[in-house]
Amino acid sequence: MIANIGLLALALALPIALLQSGASLWGAQRHHDRLMQVGRNAALMQAALLALAFACLVIAFLSSDFSLALVVAHSHSAKPFLYKFAASWGNHEGSLALWVLVLALAGGALAILGESLAPRLRARALGIQGSLGVLFTGFLLFASNPFERLPTPALDGFGLNPVLQDPALAIHPPFLYFGYVGLSLPFSLAVAALLEGGISSAWARWLRITTLASWSALTIGIALGSWWAYRELGWGGFWFWDPVENASLMPWLIAIALFHCAVIVEKRGAFRQWSIFLAIIAFSLAMLGTFLVRSGVLVSVHSFATDPTRGIFILAILVCVSGGALLLFSARAARLRDDSLFAPVSREGAVLVNNLLLCCGCASVFVGTLYPLALETLNGAKVSVGAPFFNLTFAPLMLPLFFLLPLGPVLAWKQGSLLGALQRIQLAVLVGLAAIIGTLAYKGAAPLWASLAFGLGVWILVGVCCEIFQRLRSSESRPGASFWGMSLAHAGMGVLLLGVVAHSAWSIERIESLRPGDSLDVAGFNITFENTAFTRSDNFFAEQALLRVRSGNGEVFDLTAERRVYPIRATSTSESAINYSLAGDLYVVLGDNWIADAEARVFRFYWNPLVSLIWLGAALMAIGGGCCLADRRYRASRPEAKRGWESRQENLSVEEIQ
Amino acid sequence: MKRLLVLFAAAVFAFADASMALQPDERLDDPALEARARALAAEMRCLVCQNQSIDDSSAPFARDVRLLLRSRLEAGDTDEEVRAFLVARFGEFILLKPTTQGVNLVLWLSPLLALAFASIVAWWYYRRWRAQG
Repeated sequence: MIANIGLLALALALPIALLQSGASLWGAQRHHDRLMQVGRNAALMQAALLALAFACLVIAFLSSDFSLALVVAHSHSAKPFLYKFAASWGNHEGSLALWVLVLALAGGALAILGESLAPRLRARALGIQGSLGVLFTGFLLFASNPFERLPTPALDGFGLNPVLQDPALAIHPPFLYFGYVGLSLPFSLAVAALLEGGISSAWARWLRITTLASWSALTIGIALGSWWAYRELGWGGFWFWDPVENASLMPWLIAIALFHCAVIVEKRGAFRQWSIFLAIIAFSLAMLGTFLVRSGVLVSVHSFATDPTRGIFILAILVCVSGGALLLFSARAARLRDDSLFAPVSREGAVLVNNLLLCCGCASVFVGTLYPLALETLNGAKVSVGAPFFNLTFAPLMLPLFFLLPLGPVLAWKQGSLLGALQRIQLAVLVGLAAIIGTLAYKGAAPLWASLAFGLGVWILVGVCCEIFQRLRSSESRPGASFWGMSLAHAGMGVLLLGVVAHSAWSIERIESLRPGDSLDVAGFNITFENTAFTRSDNFFAEQALLRVRSGNGEVFDLTAERRVYPIRATSTSESAINYSLAGDLYVVLGDNWIADAEARVFRFYWNPLVSLIWLGAALMAIGGGCCLADRRYRASRPEAKRGWESRQENLSVEEIQ
Repeated sequence: MKRLLVLFAAAVFAFADASMALQPDERLDDPALEARARALAAEMRCLVCQNQSIDDSSAPFARDVRLLLRSRLEAGDTDEEVRAFLVARFGEFILLKPTTQGVNLVLWLSPLLALAFASIVAWWYYRRWRAQG
């Protein structure tokens, strides 16, 4: 019953999306207010219908409706509540349903909140959003229907892959999809601007807000995924350069470039064509990410459901949408001229270099991810491109970006002085250099790049602090939420960098076979293997190993490393025991007894210094993004003046021009 | 069929953690040689896994290759000889760090080319735009 309602709502959403698209685009073309109103209402209805459809899917999972093929394949009656819930998006059909829902919600948000935009521009953006809705709802309905029934209902389901049964991963897809699909709004706005042949400051503001919001969600989504991988996969690693991780990294990088660029569009009237181009690329990469993950074309850790026929659909949509938008761009972009000049050394110049480096970083990830696929298609050769390639190409491109990061905000608009900027944050120069020398002395010169990058992290942090301090001391207007947001996000980048460097260069690993009673020393901890015990839960059996740890300062605590066997999936997982602290994590994985000795167990011990900074940094970045959104200046929806550009310029306070 | 797929997925995921990766009994006695072995193993793909190095993988195949690799090192092979040996056996697919020969040059040079291209385009636009302004 519930499933029928869901299917009906889904089926209705398709013609409504068609209506949204047609009425909005035609209404805008003909200056027909009523038609545009119809388009807006259709957008709201589309959002409501898809929300209903998705709610039905969730209910089907929660109530374990085993007449649905999807529920049987991905759920089980004995599964905990949270994972039944999460199972509704933990599969191909369900995740696409979520995709389409977010797309419709984004359209609904534009229909309700977009009053500051010129009516025609908004209608066009809604029309584009509706067209995307038609394509993806159609794909969902015809090629991956989540409400497909089994001829005879099953008695029970196959269960969700146990590796995925983790709280962080349960909420990882929604954030990721809000990020991915949120980028459809900048895309729609960009295409609408091309159709319109002109842009305004309100448009730029919307571009910035929607990109920032999507980016913040994407940051959280990626960080959750990485945190899950860190705890669950048992290598103590946080990033594996897996194609699916790369697929989410690419739109993330371009989104950073885009919202920096949108600031310039909004405040200075430069980079207009470029920001439109970036908006198109950002969403294209988001769609590419969906294609890579969902088609299973790059077989990787994340591609569970692999069915090549679906890939063709998404690829066709990708080619149509991106190709169409880029064609329109090449035909229309010349109409959008930039009207502000700047010297190479200026804040605009810094954003230009930021964009250059981020785009090249993205290009190296793109090429590395798709190269094996391209080569295999072209001449059948099978090659692998793994972590060593990305570490050698992507990382060097990011280092100059990190150097530039604290300088950008202290450079003046239009014409700045590098020396002046350096002087303003000279403390950061000193502390950064001291950090490089300090780490060289303390850790040795073994990886030279590590000391350098660590110094850059410190340079960013101290630089941001200098900026905040000077800003508070100066007699200018009080800094707004967007200043705090920017500072937080920049500091977050520095914190992230410190964590990444410490983890990559200075973590310690020990792999030992121990018998109960044996002990060993790892990174200043004395660890004793006490005993093992067996436990069971609703859906798994587990062997637990108890370890007693004495730290250098005499503190004693217990760690329990666990290996689980999930009979429903015939799978085993390892639950690492982790002692978190800001200084570093002590991380223990219990292995099998590979050797003949029945009592001995193989343990993998890791000391991961400063590793929590990685997620702390990501959290700071996401919070920073949120702060920028909360800025009053961006929430105020002022009706757009005829030449919004000039009207906006008057509203600039001294602080922004300084 | 669907059931088969699920079973297959389960079989693949049986290796999806590190519990059975490099074991203590595989280690070489010479620390320098073992360090080289670890570095090499991190560059080799586990062919039956998904984007994992043999150093990280719990698959029996990965263990076999780790042992093979160590036996070559013990026999006195250089890193380059070990790589060549493994490529001869398993194909270039085993290298997570692709070679810099032939068409792979395109791959390795792409970030530099992208940077050069983007810089030139940016500079060219910037000059034209200054001239117009």
